[in-house]
Amino acid sequence: LLVPLNQDLIGRTYRCSTTYEVSREVIRRFAIAIGDSNPLYFSREAARAAGHPDVVAPPTLLTALTHRFHDEGPLVDPELGLDYSVAVHGDQRFTHHRPVVAGDVLSAEVVIDEIRATGRNELLGFTTRVLDADSAPVCDIWTSMISRGTAPAGRGTDK
Amino acid sequence: VSVRRFADAAVGTRLPSLSFRITRLRLVEYCGASGDFNPIHWSQRHATAVGLPDVIAHGLCTMGMAGRVVTDWAGDPTRVLQYAVRFSAPVPVPDDDAGTTVDVDAIVTATDEAARTATVELTGRVGETTVLTRAVAVVRLD
Repeated sequence: LLVPLNQDLIGRTYRCSTTYEVSREVIRRFAIAIGDSNPLYFSREAARAAGHPDVVAPPTLLTALTHRFHDEGPLVDPELGLDYSVAVHGDQRFTHHRPVVAGDVLSAEVVIDEIRATGRNELLGFTTRVLDADSAPVCDIWTSMISRGTAPAGRGTDK
Repeated sequence: VSVRRFADAAVGTRLPSLSFRITRLRLVEYCGASGDFNPIHWSQRHATAVGLPDVIAHGLCTMGMAGRVVTDWAGDPTRVLQYAVRFSAPVPVPDDDAGTTVDVDAIVTATDEAARTATVELTGRVGETTVLTRAVAVVRLD
């Protein structure tokens, strides 16, 4: 049985209870995983020569932060009613406000921006706002998920 | 490492193309590095049970690997101010040594002289299938 997402949750904010610390090893392991040997990910000397205090993060590294906080976010909120087995990842956007470097201690809050029908499917859009230790913005990560076949108009036709 | 100059990023400039392979080993590494352990990325049994043809790559693994087209071109990866994609098709990864090859093209489609930024549009393909579409990076140059 496919149930529509709960649109009352648009605007709900989830504040993550702990911090996420970016270390040189976190950056190193992520850079290896994406097959990228850029010296600014591996060498503090190279990063300093480029004007950074320490090695820098690849543009998509903070996806690891979103998975760290997955269990505190909207995807597991029983009130939202997302069935993960019918959901696929639609869009992803990283908007960086400043570089992420080793030593950063980050926090995050997740806001549900959008829940709407697109044909028989529904789109769920949410933003993970990543903040530094001074609560200054570091990065906004926008994610959309497509919930297949759960649009209200589809009820009765999707069994 | 030197940052690309704004003067070298005219609209229409093609970035050096990139081809990379995604193997099962890559996916296991990416599971560990990203913390995304969804079994559709490592278990054929789970993937086929939910109707997928095979284990598929994490969309963000493909996105992360494709991003190198832009970060290598920019010089300093932190010059990438924005990076966005739409995942238009799954990337199946067979259990063999060759894996799946992704080809990435990128072109400068807009520039902003006051902000010294270039907008780059990327396309990711597996064979004839487009797997990354509406892929855009905004890069601040010197």
